[in-house]
Amino acid sequence: MLEISISKKLLGATGIIDFEVTCNFEKGEFWTIFGESGIGKTTLLRMIAGLETPDNGSITMDGEIWFDSKKRINLSPQKRKVGFVFQNYALFENMSVLENLLFAQPNKNITKAEEILEVMGLLVLKERLPNTLSGGQRQRVALARSIAQEPKVLLLDEPLSALDAMTRSRLQDELKKTHEIFKLASLMVSHDRSEVFKLSDQVLWLKEGKVFQKGKPKEIFLSKTSSSKFSFEGEILDIEKRDIIYVVTIGIDKQIVEVVVDEMEVKELQVGSIVNVSTKAFAPIIKVR
Amino acid sequence: MSELLNPAFWEPFGLTIKLAFITTLFLYLVGIPIAYYLAFTKFRFRAVLEAIIAMPLVLPPSVLGFYFLLAFSQNGFLGAFWKDIFGHQLAFHFDGLVIGSIIFSLPFMVHPLLSGFKAMDKFQIEAAHTMGKSKFQTLLKVILPSIKSSLATGGVISFAHTVGEFGVVLMIGGNIDGETKVASIAIYNEVEALNYSMAHSYSLILFAFSFAILWLVYVKLGNDVKGSFHA
Repeated sequence: MLEISISKKLLGATGIIDFEVTCNFEKGEFWTIFGESGIGKTTLLRMIAGLETPDNGSITMDGEIWFDSKKRINLSPQKRKVGFVFQNYALFENMSVLENLLFAQPNKNITKAEEILEVMGLLVLKERLPNTLSGGQRQRVALARSIAQEPKVLLLDEPLSALDAMTRSRLQDELKKTHEIFKLASLMVSHDRSEVFKLSDQVLWLKEGKVFQKGKPKEIFLSKTSSSKFSFEGEILDIEKRDIIYVVTIGIDKQIVEVVVDEMEVKELQVGSIVNVSTKAFAPIIKVR
Repeated sequence: MSELLNPAFWEPFGLTIKLAFITTLFLYLVGIPIAYYLAFTKFRFRAVLEAIIAMPLVLPPSVLGFYFLLAFSQNGFLGAFWKDIFGHQLAFHFDGLVIGSIIFSLPFMVHPLLSGFKAMDKFQIEAAHTMGKSKFQTLLKVILPSIKSSLATGGVISFAHTVGEFGVVLMIGGNIDGETKVASIAIYNEVEALNYSMAHSYSLILFAFSFAILWLVYVKLGNDVKGSFHA
């Protein structure tokens, strides 16, 4: 189990953020660290890996202290046994796919490396250099390479953000499958709700540098204050008065919708605020496109 | 043309190539750690160190040569030290030329390497660290193979620059046959002796040689190398 209780002052886009997170991660669980950009999600992963140092607190893995500000312990990244999948994949361009895996292994073992490539459907690419691969293939190689490290915890920093929607969706399935095969404690940074929902066993939702919520994705994303079954979060783009009613234009993900509200309701609304749009009265119709 | 058959005619060229080769080799050994340190370490006096390394770009070679001469003679601190160990002073000796050339050509090695190190993808370095690889292993297996073109640029330019060196060599090396008389000095000699045909022979060969090196650089390394001349 990975136990974290750390704090650090971060320089965010809106000023200094007091980053403070306490959480335990069990082996075999797929965790997503969710939240807006610039609130320290990536920094959290980097602190776990030892690439950045928290100001205070402790990080413990299966009883082994990786970081403890009181005891002045700070293990180097070399000693922590973490697999890190970087946003740009950080493949070694001078090495073939197989060599990338061999370099990552604690003890060089070609059979083992080829097994991992086999499981992930990459064996045919083993002699290729990274710059001859597609984005999706590079992502899979990066994942395979971090598994070859035999890490105690796998850290994924928005591993799918650079890919197109189709590849992304396919790789989400693969990522889940890979996680289930290798049974690692995995922590993934993401700000895509559907991705979080699809992949994670547990979600750590950060807001303004603090833990906002943690738990199963269903509990977190579906049990809002309203009991409605049909609810979206959106941003108010425009409020317009038409005769005696008001029309509020709301952007929800890639859709823009208009909602009619009365004079009483409009008082609480203003352009730019984030709102929930929900309905209870209708049964939604789902059609296959 | 009979002089072309005389081995004594070719001796300065042999010496020039030997000097450039040894200088370049040592520049790799010195330049890689310096450039690595400058690229990846934060420290207070980096501007001072960078300025010192870049000095040979702006100083007249005679200034450097003069100070080298003082330091390299048997009364100078380096020259005395050298004499204790190797039995000869550094001034007017091939060893002195090598040391002078290393310092004189240092920016030509360090600057391309430094820009190579700085352009390196930091995440690849961090990835190697999370794989348990030490900084040295990472340098050897990940960083240096990624900056091959910078290594080639630094090497070729340092080599060519040493071939073209004159002022420093004249100041510290003098003009001793087979010891310090490199090609550029030989030309100066022949001109002083009003022996223009010999001066022509040396000059033309050096001209063709330098052109060939640079041409090779542009053909082989293309755009990678061009910026480095202005580094």
